[in-house]
Amino acid sequence: MTAHLVRRSLGYAVLTVLALVYVFPFLVQVANAFKTDGDATADPLDLLPLPGTTAAFTTLFTQLDFPRAAMNSAIVAVCVTIGRVFFDCLAGYALARLPFRGRSVVTAAFIAVIAVPPVVLLIPKFLVLNQLAIYDSYTGMILPLIADAAGVFIMKNFFESVPRSVEEASYLDGAGTFRTFWSVVLPMSRPAVVTICILSFQASWNELSHFVVSRSSPDLNTLTTLVATLSNGGAFGQANQYPLKLAAAALMTLPVALLFFVFQRHVMSASEGAVKE
Amino acid sequence: MTTQQKTATVTARTGRNRFARQQAAAGWLFTLPALVLVALFVGLPVLMAAWVSVSGWRGRGSPFSGDVPFVGLDNYQTLLAGGGLATQDLGTALRNNLWYVLLVVPTQTVVALLLAVAVNQRALKGRGFFRTAFYFPSVTSSVAIVVVFLFLFGASGAVNQVIGWFGVNGPNWFADPRGVLHLLLGVVGVDSGGALADHDVLGISLWEWLAGPSVAMSALIILAVFTTSGTFMLLFLAGLQNISAEVGEAATVDGASAWQRLRYVTVPMLRPVLFTVLTLGLVGTWQVFDQVYTGTQGGPAKTTITPAYLSYTASFEQQQWGQGAAIAFLLFFIIVVLTVVQRAFLRDNR
Repeated sequence: MTAHLVRRSLGYAVLTVLALVYVFPFLVQVANAFKTDGDATADPLDLLPLPGTTAAFTTLFTQLDFPRAAMNSAIVAVCVTIGRVFFDCLAGYALARLPFRGRSVVTAAFIAVIAVPPVVLLIPKFLVLNQLAIYDSYTGMILPLIADAAGVFIMKNFFESVPRSVEEASYLDGAGTFRTFWSVVLPMSRPAVVTICILSFQASWNELSHFVVSRSSPDLNTLTTLVATLSNGGAFGQANQYPLKLAAAALMTLPVALLFFVFQRHVMSASEGAVKE
Repeated sequence: MTTQQKTATVTARTGRNRFARQQAAAGWLFTLPALVLVALFVGLPVLMAAWVSVSGWRGRGSPFSGDVPFVGLDNYQTLLAGGGLATQDLGTALRNNLWYVLLVVPTQTVVALLLAVAVNQRALKGRGFFRTAFYFPSVTSSVAIVVVFLFLFGASGAVNQVIGWFGVNGPNWFADPRGVLHLLLGVVGVDSGGALADHDVLGISLWEWLAGPSVAMSALIILAVFTTSGTFMLLFLAGLQNISAEVGEAATVDGASAWQRLRYVTVPMLRPVLFTVLTLGLVGTWQVFDQVYTGTQGGPAKTTITPAYLSYTASFEQQQWGQGAAIAFLLFFIIVVLTVVQRAFLRDNR
C-alpha cells in the first residue's frame, strides 16, 4: 500500500514539474515586461519585479503604433472568422446533405487543397494579390484567409451526424433549403460552429506569414508583423529592449488567452470532432 | 388506376423533381463561395508559381507579360546542380530542416503521447489544470513565443541561470552556430571529417551534413516541442477516450506492467491517431518559417535557414523569383513524397 502511495505522489510530482516547465515561460514573460532593461538582463528569473515599472507599456502605446496594429489584427480576425465560419458551414452542409451533380468532384478538390502546405503558397499568393490589384489592402489580407478547406470538412462531418428527420419536418412546413439550413440545422449545430469560430479567430489572430507577403505599408501592420519586426531588430535597431518586446508579446497573447479560458471546454473537445473519420 | 389517382402521382413526381432540382441548385450555390476562394487563393497560385519557377521573371512588371522569358528547368538546375551559392544555400537549408524534422517529430510525438496517457487517468486530481497547462502554449502565437524564447535562451538568460545552478556553463544559444553532433564527436576526439570532408552533396560536404543541428537550431527544436506537444496531446486524448478502460484493466489483471500496457495495448490501439500525428508533424516541421523570420533570420552562420525561409528571401529580398518559386516546389515535392511513403509504410504494416 505504501509503495502504491509513493508511486502516486511521485507521479504527481513529475506532472507538476512538467506543468511548471510549460507555464514558466509565460510567468517569466509577464514578470520581465514590468522591469527595466537592466533588471531584465541582470535578473531574468526574478518573478516579482518590485516596485516594477510600466515604462515598456508606455513606450508601446506612445512611440510605437501598437494600438493601430491591435485594431488591424482585430478587424482582420473578426472578418476572417465571420467569413470562414459562414462559408465553411454553407459548403459543409451542401457536401453533407444536398445531392448535386459534381459533388464528389468538388469534395475531392477540397481534399486535394487541404494537402497543399501553406508555406509553399507564400510567393504565389503574393503574385495573385498583385494581379488582382488587392496587394497591401485589407481585402488582400482578409479574403485569402477565408479560403479554408479543412473547416469545410469539419462541418461536413458534423452535419452528416445530424438526424435527417429534422429537415424533413422543416421542408413539410414549406421552408426552402437555405431557410432550413439557417433556422433549423445551424442552431442545432452550435457546438461545432462555436468550435470553428474559436479556431478561426485564433488562427487569423496568430497568422504571420500571410501578412508578411500580403502587405507592406506600416499602417497595415498587424500585431504579429509589428512584434516580429520589433523582435528581429526592425523598429529599435539591434538593442535588446526585452521588457518592451515581452510586453508587446504578452499583450498580443491576451485576447486569445481570454478566449481560450472562456471557451476552454469547446477547444478541448474540438480535436475530437476533427480526428474522428 | 383512376384519372384522379394518375394526376396525383404525376403531381407528386413533378413535385419531387422540382424539389430535387432546387436542392441541386442550392448545393452549387452553397459550395460556390468556398470553391471560388479556394480556387483563387490556392489553385490559381499553384499554377502561377509553376510558371514563375520556369521563367526568368525578376519581379518587375507582370510575370505574364510577353518579355518574361521561358527558361525551362534552369532555375531548378541552378539550385540542384549549379554548385554556386544558390546550391550551397539550398543544401544548408535542407540539412538544417532535416535535423529539425528528425529531432522534433519523434520527440513531440512521444511527449504528446505520454502527456495524454498521464492526464487521461481517471484517478488523477486536477486533470483540467494539467491539460490546460500543457495545451496553453499551442494557443498562443508563434511570434509571441519566439520573443519569449529569445529572452529565455539569451547568454545570461533564465535557461543559462538555471543550468548554472548545476555548474554548467550554458552557451549563447541563438548566437552559437556549432553543430551539436560535431560537439559530441569532439568530446570523443573526432574533430575533422577525414574523407567525409572531401565529398559534396548540394554544395555541402558530408562532414557538414553530419554537423547536426546548431546550438541555435536546438533552441528552436525545444521551442517546437514546447508549442506543438499540447495540440498533439489533445489528438491522443481523443483517441484514448475511444479505448474502453476495460481493455487496460484486463491487461492489468493479466499482470501487465504500466509500460507493457502502454507498449502492447494502448499504442497499437492508437494507431490511426498516431498516423495522423506523425503526418501532421512531418508536414508541419518541413514548413518552419515564423520562428526563423521572427527570431534568427537564418543566422548564426546560416544554421537556421530553412527551405521555406530561403524561398521567401530568394524572392522578396534577392528578387530571384524563379528560384524562390522553384524552392517552394521542391519543398512541396518533399512533403508530398514523405506523406505518400509514410502512408504506404503504415499500410503495409497494418
